[in-house]
Amino acid sequence: MSIKGKAYIAGVFEHPTRKAPDKSIAQLHAEVADGALADAGLSRADVDGYFCAADAPGFGASSMVDYLNLKVRHVDSTELGGCSYIAHVAHAAQAIAAGKCNVALVTLAGRPRSEGHSGTMARPRDPNQPDQPWEHPYGVATVNGYGMCAMRHMYQYGTTSEQLAWVKVAASHHAQHNPNAMLRDVVTVEDVLNSPIISDPLHRLDCCVVSDGGGAVVVVRPEIAKSLERPRVKIIGAGEAIKHQNGGDIDLTYSAAVWSGPAAFAEAGVKPADIKYASIYDSFTITVIIQLEDLGFCEKGKGGRFVADGNLISGVGKLPFNTDGGGLCNNHPSNRGGMTKVIEAVRQLRGEAHPAVQVKNCDLALAHGTGLQLATRHGAATLILERE
Amino acid sequence: MLMAKDRKIPAPTPGIESQPFFDAAKESRFLIRKCRACGRAHWYPRAICPFCASADTAWVEASGKGTIYAYSVMRRVPEPFALAYVTLAEGPTMLTNIVDCDLDALRIGQAVEIVFKPAENGLPVPMFKPV
Ligand SMILES: [Zn+2]
Repeated sequence: MSIKGKAYIAGVFEHPTRKAPDKSIAQLHAEVADGALADAGLSRADVDGYFCAADAPGFGASSMVDYLNLKVRHVDSTELGGCSYIAHVAHAAQAIAAGKCNVALVTLAGRPRSEGHSGTMARPRDPNQPDQPWEHPYGVATVNGYGMCAMRHMYQYGTTSEQLAWVKVAASHHAQHNPNAMLRDVVTVEDVLNSPIISDPLHRLDCCVVSDGGGAVVVVRPEIAKSLERPRVKIIGAGEAIKHQNGGDIDLTYSAAVWSGPAAFAEAGVKPADIKYASIYDSFTITVIIQLEDLGFCEKGKGGRFVADGNLISGVGKLPFNTDGGGLCNNHPSNRGGMTKVIEAVRQLRGEAHPAVQVKNCDLALAHGTGLQLATRHGAATLILERE
Repeated sequence: MLMAKDRKIPAPTPGIESQPFFDAAKESRFLIRKCRACGRAHWYPRAICPFCASADTAWVEASGKGTIYAYSVMRRVPEPFALAYVTLAEGPTMLTNIVDCDLDALRIGQAVEIVFKPAENGLPVPMFKPV
């Protein structure tokens, strides 16, 4: 069963905070939930489906449904790291199509900035993780895993640090218009190259920010969407996949988007060239280049050339991306960038992005993310949305 | 020139499927897991073959020779180190560190060989150094 046209995004909300030392994670979840419901013109009493990932505190969905005092008949806590929420929107559409719920709420929140987490630290591991003995001793943080992917991409395809830097430059051009963005200064390729190397070949400005915050999305069945006084954003295609170490047959030059992307395009019945705006997870600049290739926006190995010279800047290039400033400049709540990718795509389709970055006649958008560690195991989720 | 220093290596937690590896490593033997049904070696080691799902797998001693598939030197930490994937002569590519080397002189494709380094809990961890 296809989800095409079976559900709509009726409400979105991005928490304006970037540092929340005086709020609990559950409280942030509640604030974004209420924000997205208010945006849709709905209330907590309307919600009958709830979706969250591993950022939800306590017992996950059960703790959050309790805290929010919801009554739900459908629950999903699929965990794919930072792209989980993109997959949740698709799962919500599936659940709605199957008659399992009418109003699905997806929430994300976290405060890694207040808690002092960054991408240079290895995270604690579950001793029962099957590859714990084969990973934990080696100091896999976030940045050095993605760094290896960049090193290999450069080695195999001649991708350069200058090309990587263009991704950040484009994001900064967008972020200057976002009053909530953590980094609003426009930067140049030179600024990126002059920032210190964190882990080869990634400079400080190749890395996303660490921020507190969160976001939420409300997905509803078509009859409800039509009864609400908001521009209608229809879900027309989705895909998800997991790529891993493949028994030791490693290829770091591609991501699971090679599977999630074509699945989403096939379901939607559109091609990459039809997309007017793309939200692309930008944990690091290299992440964007690899995903753009895998999604079919350019040939494999040519992502560096594709992003160069401002091609991702709204109003300048061929593929406007992350017009909120993305994870590189705006925010990266809970170290998970998937939610904000959906939210900015919805803003673009509604015509509610900042006028300086709003894409003209934006009727077709893509939101794509990668979650966990690109170099070892990661999830990917692709969503294609249409303005009705 | 940035010589790699010995760093504090986080402890592996051996389990049912990995204990024999560390027992052999204490005798400086480097084992990998190979499937007798399909003939392929895999990494990381599993009781059941990830390629053909056969339970007929066994530990075999590997040459300890390989080449660097990819690496990244983490620089913004007190003791810079090289995270890497090394492709073993036997086929599989494994996550590891490159040690006992000039971190600025590493390159993809470089030949390396096994060296065991003690983790915080004393267990020998398989790492590689340039030949
Ligand atoms: Zn086999």
